Amino acid sequence: MSTAVHADVNRRDFLMIATGAVAGVGAALVAWPFISQMNPDASVLALASIEVDLAPIAEGQAVTVKWRGNPLIIRHRSKADIDTAKAVKVSDLIDSASRNANVKGNADATDDNRVVGGKEQYLVMLGVCTHLGCVPQGDQGDFGVVTGNSTTGGWLCPCHGSQYDTAGRVRKGPAPENLPVPPYVYLTDTKIRVG
Amino acid sequence: MSGPSKYQPSSAVGKWFHERLPIVAFAKDHALDFPTPKNLNYWWTFGGILAVMLVVQILTGIVLVMHYTPQTDLAFNSVEHIMRDVNYGWLLRYMHMNGASMFFVAVYIHMFRGMYFGSYKAPREVLWMIGVIIYLIMMATAFMGYVLPWGQMSFWGAKVITNLFSAIPFVGDFVTTWLWGGYSVDNPTLNRFFSLHYLLPFVLAAIVFLHIWALHVVGNNNPTGINVKGPQDTLPFHPYYTMKDGFAIVVFLIVYGLFVFYGPNYMGDAVNYVPANPLVTPAHIKPEWYYLPFYAILRAVPDKLLGVIAMFSSILILLALPWLDTSRVRSGTYRPIFKGFFWVFVVVCIGLGFIGSKPPEGSYVLWGRILAFYYFFHFIVILPLLGLLETPKPLPASISDDVLAKQK
Repeated sequence: MSTAVHADVNRRDFLMIATGAVAGVGAALVAWPFISQMNPDASVLALASIEVDLAPIAEGQAVTVKWRGNPLIIRHRSKADIDTAKAVKVSDLIDSASRNANVKGNADATDDNRVVGGKEQYLVMLGVCTHLGCVPQGDQGDFGVVTGNSTTGGWLCPCHGSQYDTAGRVRKGPAPENLPVPPYVYLTDTKIRVG
Repeated sequence: MSGPSKYQPSSAVGKWFHERLPIVAFAKDHALDFPTPKNLNYWWTFGGILAVMLVVQILTGIVLVMHYTPQTDLAFNSVEHIMRDVNYGWLLRYMHMNGASMFFVAVYIHMFRGMYFGSYKAPREVLWMIGVIIYLIMMATAFMGYVLPWGQMSFWGAKVITNLFSAIPFVGDFVTTWLWGGYSVDNPTLNRFFSLHYLLPFVLAAIVFLHIWALHVVGNNNPTGINVKGPQDTLPFHPYYTMKDGFAIVVFLIVYGLFVFYGPNYMGDAVNYVPANPLVTPAHIKPEWYYLPFYAILRAVPDKLLGVIAMFSSILILLALPWLDTSRVRSGTYRPIFKGFFWVFVVVCIGLGFIGSKPPEGSYVLWGRILAFYYFFHFIVILPLLGLLETPKPLPASISDDVLAKQK
């Protein structure tokens, strides 16, 4: 039984290492399906795209539709909303990246980079707070357009108090990132396909 | 610890069986004859209470599963079906729901008892660390169980807690998608939580066995914190502690019964009787009471990643407790300064729980930060320094001497 008797490398050592190596690789290969099965399945992936008609959304109104199980916020912004967003310097933002799936590279989070050129009245983004995933509430917080007692535009997360401006950019923590803009294209003048 | 077995098979069949599987001897040595310090007080009964609560949760859980449906469209209604249609369904569900809370009441008392009497110190470090792992698995199990009724708080609690993992740099989003099985908490998430919620209590039972094994290697700590020096310091577990534990269990079950029958929703959140809606977050989202101190620590840090790190550290630091406390005296009874800091720490933990239940506004934010800071300060600064600076009171010569001195 003692290995000391067979101090030099012999056939048993070779068999031990070879068997161990095959068993290790085998265990890793078998583990893969067990881990992978938890990723989104084919039926979840099949639901990944929706079409939304923007025509019924009046100026100043926001609608929420469900996309991939999450709320998608589409807001028809007023001119005041857009002007307020454009007036913000990128250097003042918590997150200076556009977080827009439709803009290539590391674009700045200017208002232009948050929407589609020529359609800047429509802000399309996920209503999922980038802190811990709650749904931010619209027309609230300190970063909308304030007229008298009412605030329009701007979002406030009820869970931990993060705030977003009229372009959906985070302006007050703890959220670290701007609300993400999903990939979408205009099919017609007033119809988009998301995903 | 227990020495050679005193078990002598009394019949020929018993002898035949003992030679093939000595399980009766094992049970007699560890459940009946086990030498236990004779001065254990009622704080020591919570181990037995916890074992009973684990069994209660497993039994009620198994029968609830006979009526529950883990599907997002049906889960909420199936719980209401249990409450209204199933024979004694209301009782079984309220037992399970309040059983979880009472389980945590008992585990917190059990943990604070260990902290006060230095039960984590050598040679009980592994026993303590297994206990911390049991506590972690308990928290995961309770969290997944809370998701199953698929109410508003179930859904949003699940979303917020799983989103903690999105704070991991670079791979956070992949991890959350993998945990959810989709792009949000949805049916795949409910199904896997149900599967794991059924599995983990049995894992717990196995680890509890390791916990008791480790206990029976080193033996019980006791209120004096000094070692057992001989047979005069101990009593056999049965009948002395089966009776004491049994009495404490009955009293505990009466309190549990009061909640089940007279305040079944007192420790819950009314919002969870609203079916889950993925498009609307409730105004005040907060976890069940037993997570509130850690939730307060999460919110005390304004940065997302650092907040998550602080929250997990606040639990994992318990694993290092045997080495953070430098004092060689176990029991707080003989540590006059430690005793004061211990009670301050208890108040800080309760204070954090209170802050966790409040919205993150105004002075709650500041107090949350002060208390969260103190929580870590206690472990990282006070405990290591106290062991070096404090002069403990003289220890009794033996457990037996201490007991006899108190008799006078």
